[in-house]
Amino acid sequence: MALALNIENLHKSFSLGFMLKKKKILKGISLSVNEGEIFGYLGPNGAGKTTTIKCILGLIFPDQGKIELFGHSHLSLQAKAQTGFLPENPYFYDHLTASEFLTFYSQLFSIKKNEREEKIKGLLRIVGLEQSADLQLRKFSRGMLQRIGLAQSLLNDPSLVLLDEPLGGLDPIGRKEIRDIIVKLKQEGKTVFLSSHILQDIEMICDRVAIIVNGEVVNQGTLKDLISEKILFTEIELSGVEEKELKNLGESLTEKGGRILLKVFEEDNVEKILELVKSQKGKVHSLIPRTETLEDLFVGMVKQT
Amino acid sequence: MKIRAIALHTLKEAIRDRILYLILFFAVICIGFSRLLALLTIGDRVKIIKDVGLSSLSLFGALMAILIGTGLVYKEIDKKTIYTLLSKPIHRYQFLLGKFFGLILTLFIMLLLMSIIFLALIFFHTFTIEWQLLVAILYIFLELCLITAVALLFSCFSTPILSSIFSLAFYLIGHTAWGLETLIVKIKSGFGKALAQGLYHFLPDLENFNFRTEVVHNLPIPASIFLYSTLYGIFYTLFVLTIALLIFRKRDFI
Repeated sequence: MALALNIENLHKSFSLGFMLKKKKILKGISLSVNEGEIFGYLGPNGAGKTTTIKCILGLIFPDQGKIELFGHSHLSLQAKAQTGFLPENPYFYDHLTASEFLTFYSQLFSIKKNEREEKIKGLLRIVGLEQSADLQLRKFSRGMLQRIGLAQSLLNDPSLVLLDEPLGGLDPIGRKEIRDIIVKLKQEGKTVFLSSHILQDIEMICDRVAIIVNGEVVNQGTLKDLISEKILFTEIELSGVEEKELKNLGESLTEKGGRILLKVFEEDNVEKILELVKSQKGKVHSLIPRTETLEDLFVGMVKQT
Repeated sequence: MKIRAIALHTLKEAIRDRILYLILFFAVICIGFSRLLALLTIGDRVKIIKDVGLSSLSLFGALMAILIGTGLVYKEIDKKTIYTLLSKPIHRYQFLLGKFFGLILTLFIMLLLMSIIFLALIFFHTFTIEWQLLVAILYIFLELCLITAVALLFSCFSTPILSSIFSLAFYLIGHTAWGLETLIVKIKSGFGKALAQGLYHFLPDLENFNFRTEVVHNLPIPASIFLYSTLYGIFYTLFVLTIALLIFRKRDFI
């Protein structure tokens, strides 16, 4: 499969104030993103996610390493013309209206005047800002800014979209809407590079992920390869059974209104609990087997390093 | 096309800046004040109005260039708008030149406004439009182009306050460096003379753009002086812009 993004041995350090001492931010990042996939770039705050993205976009220059976008140098205009970017906490020219802002950026892509209007209308429709086209950006909410940011990143119909924390600070509805747009981008054949620390969202939409901790990629691959499908424990919510009878079978988490929430680690004990409930004419309200999540993997990796 | 888009956007942004109107207000007050000053003067009153008016255009134009120019690039970096802008398929030099031409356009409009008021005031006294004043105004504009380039240069690596101080120092030194010329003549040869000569060639001489006395007193100006001043302005501006581009080209936007 062709590569949309290829990073090899990327190093970057920054000087600390006037001191000659340098702080290493990226310590040899290597990763590759296939065309047409959603790639999750995970890491705790300060791990180097945004620094990597800034290197890709040529906003900062790496000390060492190679970055290629669709086989071209990341600094070439050819590569930039195929790329879209949404920064973290986007801030735009707040004196412009949404359509003025998109018009300005479309001029930087040399989009012809006759195509421009139609394109901007279409993008505002996609991100749900049709009604706010003539509203100044200073009057936009956090979620609306995120959407207009997404719209500007799609102006050039890019083959690769780099999104830095696109779901941060959004309410659940906003998050779902942005998530849906990202999935739609993939369906249209675009490649999405998504940096985030909201693991549930990454888990839901990403094909492959890389985990970065302290400037190093500690793991990368498909979610299937990284996360074991083995059941870690089962959560059972039940009623009609005395708590003391369950003591040796599982760990009681809560008890409320006669309902007990149990965490059961052994599969044999799950069977025993079900039999016990049946014999005492109790009721099982829910039974959820918990496999390893991306969060478990992530927390484990961070702790290890 | 891309430079034009950035320049027009810079113009739109700059003309929203309240500081511009504050300076314009003071400039108009100052031009008007020249009328009052003329009343207190014995001799040709119109000459006083012309002299004070042209000086006002130069000083307030320079203040506009410095106070807006020093914030131009810094604001983009500080507010992080530069991230999305430079991620688009544009070269860094296009961004910087767009900013430069945007501010030049803003200054042109402001200078035009001030000049119209100034020429109107003269017209009420002489009932003629004194076109020769435009020569002095044209060279004030050339000076403003150079100051804009200097302000932009400092804005590439420094905060607006420091950049303003540096640019203002450039303006003041530029208008007083001619004193070194007199010093060179008076000083005996030796280290002191060599130092004064070196400094004179290194420091900017903004008096090259000052044709106020000649214009106000209708003195003849040789064509060679015009040519020298024009070339001096163009090459100095290009030199400063090149340094700004070299700094900006390699800058990390953290």
